Amino acid sequence: MVLMSGAKALLEALKREKVKVIFGIPGGAILPVYDELFAETDITHILMRHEQCAAHAADGYARASGEVGVCMSTSGPGATNLVTGIANAFMDSSPIVAITGQVPRALIGKDAFQEADIIGITTPITKCNFQVRSAAEIPKIVKTAFYIASTGRRGPVLIDLPRDVQTEEAQIEFNDNVELRGYKPVYDPHPLQIEKAVQILLQAERPVIVAGGGVIASNACQEVIALAELLAAPVATTLMGKGAVPENHPLSVGMLGMHGTVAANYLVQDADVLLAVGMRFSDRTTGNFKTFCPNGKIIHIDIDASEIGKNIKPYIPIVADAKRALQAIYRQLLEKFRKKERSAWLERMWELKRMHEEVVKSNDGDGIKPPALMVEIRKILPNEAIITTEVGQNQMWAALYLKVYKPRTFISSGGLGTMGFGFPAAIGAKVACPNVPVVDIAGDGSFIMTEQDLATSVAWKIPVIVIVLNNSILGMVAQWQRLFYGRRYFAVHLGGIPDFVKLAEAYGAQGIRAQSIEEFRRALKTALNSDVTTVIDVPISSEENVLPMVPPGQDLKNLMLS
Amino acid sequence: MCMGLEEKTYMISAIVEHKPGVLFTISNMFRRRGFNIESISVGASEQPDLARMTITIKGDESIVEQVIKQLRKIISVVKVSLLDPRVTVARELALIKVNTPDTKTRSDVINYTEIFKGHIVDVAHDSLIIEITGDEDKINAFIELMKPFGIKEIARTGIAALPRGMKSTIME
Repeated sequence: MVLMSGAKALLEALKREKVKVIFGIPGGAILPVYDELFAETDITHILMRHEQCAAHAADGYARASGEVGVCMSTSGPGATNLVTGIANAFMDSSPIVAITGQVPRALIGKDAFQEADIIGITTPITKCNFQVRSAAEIPKIVKTAFYIASTGRRGPVLIDLPRDVQTEEAQIEFNDNVELRGYKPVYDPHPLQIEKAVQILLQAERPVIVAGGGVIASNACQEVIALAELLAAPVATTLMGKGAVPENHPLSVGMLGMHGTVAANYLVQDADVLLAVGMRFSDRTTGNFKTFCPNGKIIHIDIDASEIGKNIKPYIPIVADAKRALQAIYRQLLEKFRKKERSAWLERMWELKRMHEEVVKSNDGDGIKPPALMVEIRKILPNEAIITTEVGQNQMWAALYLKVYKPRTFISSGGLGTMGFGFPAAIGAKVACPNVPVVDIAGDGSFIMTEQDLATSVAWKIPVIVIVLNNSILGMVAQWQRLFYGRRYFAVHLGGIPDFVKLAEAYGAQGIRAQSIEEFRRALKTALNSDVTTVIDVPISSEENVLPMVPPGQDLKNLMLS
Repeated sequence: MCMGLEEKTYMISAIVEHKPGVLFTISNMFRRRGFNIESISVGASEQPDLARMTITIKGDESIVEQVIKQLRKIISVVKVSLLDPRVTVARELALIKVNTPDTKTRSDVINYTEIFKGHIVDVAHDSLIIEITGDEDKINAFIELMKPFGIKEIARTGIAALPRGMKSTIME
């Protein structure tokens, strides 16, 4: 037991969790903690320019590194500004711990200055949240928060810290035990369920594996590839699962869903056995729930039992860590499996993959075509480069046409679909992995939502590259208005404002405009060799569609190709 | 529902941490997921730091399965079990204020209360408050009987339930 303030206890507890970086913005109700940070040498605090970006940066840091990301804000508006970032991390199962200041205990509930009920507000978008009632509780709460955030199905946890708790002096004891009666994640699969899954897989004629974000989270990429190769099963991924298998692997068929590849969507619909790993059957992934994989027996592996049967009822549910479940299946399968003649099924896969290539080619023409641009970006970037995306057309072009070869090198807002996520997430990813290039594939609509943090990236010398696919329009909304609302474009025109080159320069970043593929190549290479953040403005047509596309609520095979 | 599953009433017993915010977390989850709760009751359990919550819900099997899974996912929820109505004692308490403008209705109401083993807990010039406990059907039946007299107010606690015999809901 040591006598110290709550603020000091917080920093000590964070250090025990090996926290090295906090993304945050100070304010009145969190000042005692910032005062402790003044003399702190083991933890770097990165001053962001908007709390939403602090949360997204912590999220990007977590996804790139696999470690818990930490963000911090003051009470009231600081805390509510974190909300979008927390919700985003929650939907995509990203482990972050958000620490918010709160008004002093005696003022809670009195509508004090900068008071917000952040516990009430974040209850549905956190795995768990805590309001600290005394300094002595801090070590246990911090320990518990990190444990919950980083185990089971990962996700955000919030700690709300009243100002007078931060200044309170108390006898503090650090203890590494976490005891939670209501939280015991199941990691080991039930042997009977594994046996059943193996039986089904042994009989499969047209097997397909779908890998979700859980495969990356549980570090099970090698296991997916081994199983796919043993079974000769094509592997599709969800958006969150992109990178789980190298997309140049012969059995990789890319992403499935609303903007899935031809191969992924057709093969999933035609499968007789679907092994779905670490994914949650989101509507954007399945299309119409009722017609999803109509003749297939679905084996669903997920660590979150509540995902089993929520959207799609599986034939065999397996609640477990993806890695352990896949290892168990592989071991049993290896004993019993006889290599099957799968040439018809694989021939079908090749044929569908070729069809998809045709879609890319048909996008050739005048000006810079986004699919071709994605191919170009891939050629220039090293394989270990981290790609983040904004949300909308830029995101789907990247998901469809920018092949990713390593897990944790594709970071995108999947569940919440948060425009403005990619840039601050890139900052967080660059902090986590300073030695690899980090590139945000952006649209002009998304980038403007969080561009103020160019200031952060310049001031803190965190050089990232932002590629703005600039069509002067909210592209995905315009695409829906074009396809489903009779071209009645409304509230989508952005007027080519601002000039992103000048905007970048105003922040002390580098701005380059690329009007042709050749100029773009030069620009990206310049950016890669630069030690300052670079914004590459790439004008594209506002008439471009992301294709293929399945209209919302329809069967995955109802692909629009042109 | 769409899959032809039968709609029934289910009783769920949940042991939860007895601390502020837990009821909010649980009811907020029900609201957000669109689960229709018939009744919810909560109070102390045999362990000082745990509370017992009894939830009744109308729905089909797949809905009740989701309700249980979503409850289990909440970190302050320690244990959730689906109660089998055949081996469960379920009781509710109701307070019913009935109009009794004259001696005739007053004695009728008192008679019915005795038959239902209820208690008169408050007497005023023109009304009585009856306390009655029992399962939901018994209370509904009593309320039907009282309707012709004119019910002024009703307060019901919602169902509290325990499995019969040696079965304990705290042990797995």
